[in-house]
Amino acid sequence: MNIFIQLTYLAATILFIVGIKKLNKTQEARRGNTISAIAMLLAVLATLVHSKLLNPVEIFGCLLIGSAIGLIWARKVEMTQMPEMVAIFNGFGGIASLLVATSDYWTRAVEQPGLSTDMVIIVSILLSVLIGGITFSGSLTAYGKLSGKINGNAIVFKGQHFLNLVFLLAAVTCGILVSISMDSIYAMMIMIAISLILGILVVIPIGGADMPVVISLLNSYSGMAACTTGFVLNNSVLIVTGALVGASGIILTQIMCKAMNRSLISVLLGGFGATSG
Amino acid sequence: MSVENFIFLLYILVLASYCGFELIAKVPPTLHTPLMSGSNAISGITIVGAILCIQEGAWSKYLGMAALVFATINVVGGYAVTDRMLQMFKKKK
Repeated sequence: MNIFIQLTYLAATILFIVGIKKLNKTQEARRGNTISAIAMLLAVLATLVHSKLLNPVEIFGCLLIGSAIGLIWARKVEMTQMPEMVAIFNGFGGIASLLVATSDYWTRAVEQPGLSTDMVIIVSILLSVLIGGITFSGSLTAYGKLSGKINGNAIVFKGQHFLNLVFLLAAVTCGILVSISMDSIYAMMIMIAISLILGILVVIPIGGADMPVVISLLNSYSGMAACTTGFVLNNSVLIVTGALVGASGIILTQIMCKAMNRSLISVLLGGFGATSG
Repeated sequence: MSVENFIFLLYILVLASYCGFELIAKVPPTLHTPLMSGSNAISGITIVGAILCIQEGAWSKYLGMAALVFATINVVGGYAVTDRMLQMFKKKK
């Protein structure tokens, strides 16, 4: 890979770190956000150069559509609906990781079976799909709860944790099938479906008051999903940035829990607010 | 992926994670939501992966294009929303 691209990635990484650091302080927060936006722009530009723009129409078309939708939504949203908006954006980040991993899987399994595919790549693909899927459907469920589109109270039923465990084990089984043979396309599809179901199951038992904490946690997940995608594509900027968000997201989640006098575990196990109206 | 390459990426992962842990220290509670929203925009870095997926091929390209649209919404919308939140802070004070 071109040295220029690598150095641009490095510059972007430094700016991301400075940006997050500044977001910690009231006075500098807005500048911090701008700095991290510049970092993102640098990373995208370097990647555009790296991709040699084989399909310029497709790439710029998608960038344009995405930017327009993002800007319009961000402008239109009411201040009181901000947390919902963050949840839905976060879900989109998750599904993007899932789609990137699936795209890479499809290239290796169907379109170019000759590509050498080792265990690191297969495990990374599977993790990206699993974490990305959970982030997506979990964030959408959180969005539904916050916006009142679905019942905002905690929904608890008997054997919930057991059901989650069953689904998780099924996902692991599908993962093993795919890693034995890349051709197990059905196993891959079931894996995607399970990850989406798991996201819903993980968020429905959590009550409305705990929602911001859950969104923060899902935000951390989307960072981890981006990080595993980095291992799939052998791309350092994805790994570093994903890990930064993944780790700082966990710490922020913990701080938010403390501010609300709740423990992270009790939020995750759910049931809070199940009886309140 | 060679073993050396994998170990190198693991180093990056561990150091970046540690850096992420250290970055968030004493955040004032009013900044919790903007910080969450700001780092949500950063997690849209998958946009880089999506661009790299749009190569030749049929379905792999279409999946990459879908990923690119979603990731771009995440990035652009995320930064714009965070900026609006932080702008509001300034006015209040």
